[in-house]
Amino acid sequence: MTGTRGVIIAGAAETDRLGRLPDHSTLQLHVEGALNAVADAGLSLRDIDGIATVSAPGPVQVAHALGITPRWIDGTGVGGTSFLLHVRHAAAAIRAGYARTVLITHGESGRSRIGASRYRMETSSPVGQFEVPYGVFGPTTTFTIPVLRYMKEFGLTHEQLAYVAVAQRRWAAKNPRAAYRDPVTVEDVLASRIVAYPFHLLECCLVTDGGGALVVTSAERAGDFPKPAVWVLGTGESSETPMISQMADFTESQAFRLAGRSAFAEARIGTADVDHLMIYDAFAHVPIYGLEALGFCARGEAGPFIADGNTEPGGSLPLNTNGGGLSYTHTGMYGMFAIQEGVRQLRGEAAAQVASPQISVILGNGGMFATAGVLVLGRQPG
Amino acid sequence: MTGKPVPVPTPETQPFWDGCAAGELRLQRCADCGRPYFYPRPVCPACGSRDVVWFTASGRATLYSYVINHRPAPGFEDDAPYAIAVVELDEGPRMMTSIVGLPATPEALELDMPLQVQFERRGDVSLPVFGPLAPAR
Repeated sequence: MTGTRGVIIAGAAETDRLGRLPDHSTLQLHVEGALNAVADAGLSLRDIDGIATVSAPGPVQVAHALGITPRWIDGTGVGGTSFLLHVRHAAAAIRAGYARTVLITHGESGRSRIGASRYRMETSSPVGQFEVPYGVFGPTTTFTIPVLRYMKEFGLTHEQLAYVAVAQRRWAAKNPRAAYRDPVTVEDVLASRIVAYPFHLLECCLVTDGGGALVVTSAERAGDFPKPAVWVLGTGESSETPMISQMADFTESQAFRLAGRSAFAEARIGTADVDHLMIYDAFAHVPIYGLEALGFCARGEAGPFIADGNTEPGGSLPLNTNGGGLSYTHTGMYGMFAIQEGVRQLRGEAAAQVASPQISVILGNGGMFATAGVLVLGRQPG
Repeated sequence: MTGKPVPVPTPETQPFWDGCAAGELRLQRCADCGRPYFYPRPVCPACGSRDVVWFTASGRATLYSYVINHRPAPGFEDDAPYAIAVVELDEGPRMMTSIVGLPATPEALELDMPLQVQFERRGDVSLPVFGPLAPAR
């Protein structure tokens, strides 16, 4: 048992519904996801001794709402990838003996904004002084800025970028829980309204309400749970910059690359070992950057790779098989849902099930290429 | 009142904004390793030295990347669609900016085109923005 090989995901579940849930506060989405995940593991809340979630509403609030008294707490809040980092940190804590059974929760009223913290305009932080004055307005105006440079450097076409949304819709069509399931064509994507050139509406993620949670524990207990254990074989995390303008190279994500290298090395796998892949897709270009950062494609080749059908149903590398943030759901911090789909695939219970995958890799993004987390999950101890 | 966000300087960035008010784009350079950098901070991000000095940059840059935003931020309703750009200064560092004096169209905004700093009054500060090298009269 080296690295994180001694740690498993024993419970994993999402909220009952996703989408538009004005009858759920942010906190209630955490609570519902948590209850579902603990039940999925066949445990009770009394079994939980560690808690991890992002800063709002925060681990103290979530633990208290559930009646949990933690002896280990992680409030890492670095955007949508935070939950991947929580898994990594929980694995370390479990190995160190600081916690035995960790609950990781996500809930976000991203669409309805019920019980959500208010958006505050920054004016004196580096972002507030050097980006906000130029009219940035959330991820659609910042996360998107690098792609024209990528298009010029590598010849990525508008049609290839649009195809990312087409490929993921093909997965979503197989998933009854996906928000958008109707097939779309490249022409449909390019005909949807421009949000921030070169991005059209269908190249931007959804904004939804929802949540989910995970129960992480020691692999010594792998046979104790109702569902097949999912092994945490390797993990990685990194960060680059809180300001998109300060990204070192607009054609690649350093944080994606470094987090991936760490996770693959720890799991002692290469790209050829990967049967199933989730890459956080807030926008259509992010899977392109992710495929290249993880080494699945050479620089500049991920656009054609997707457009050639390799990542869609029937392709050699099933990618974003729930439909992704573009078609399944995207509450704002999507990472939890990417992990959930990896777990479902390895358990053999996904809506669009891949044929008996052994290794699933999850790449999470936080902020605008600001942070990254990577998990290598396995059906076997490795 | 434009309604657009006005940057609030901090002690570390005040010399930058003082420069803008004087019509100069001021950057910092490390006195130890020589690297110029942006955004302003009193430590060199390349080598960790605290021995950093301010200097006046040329104000020349090239267009590195951009988007044309169709969903305006609060205060920018009259400007949409407008370009949000990142420029590469001749000295090396990059910064976000607005493009002025050119239509916000892909045809008018060619990557790597040369640009020159200008300053736009915004509340109590002057904001660096970039326009064509030889502005049309």
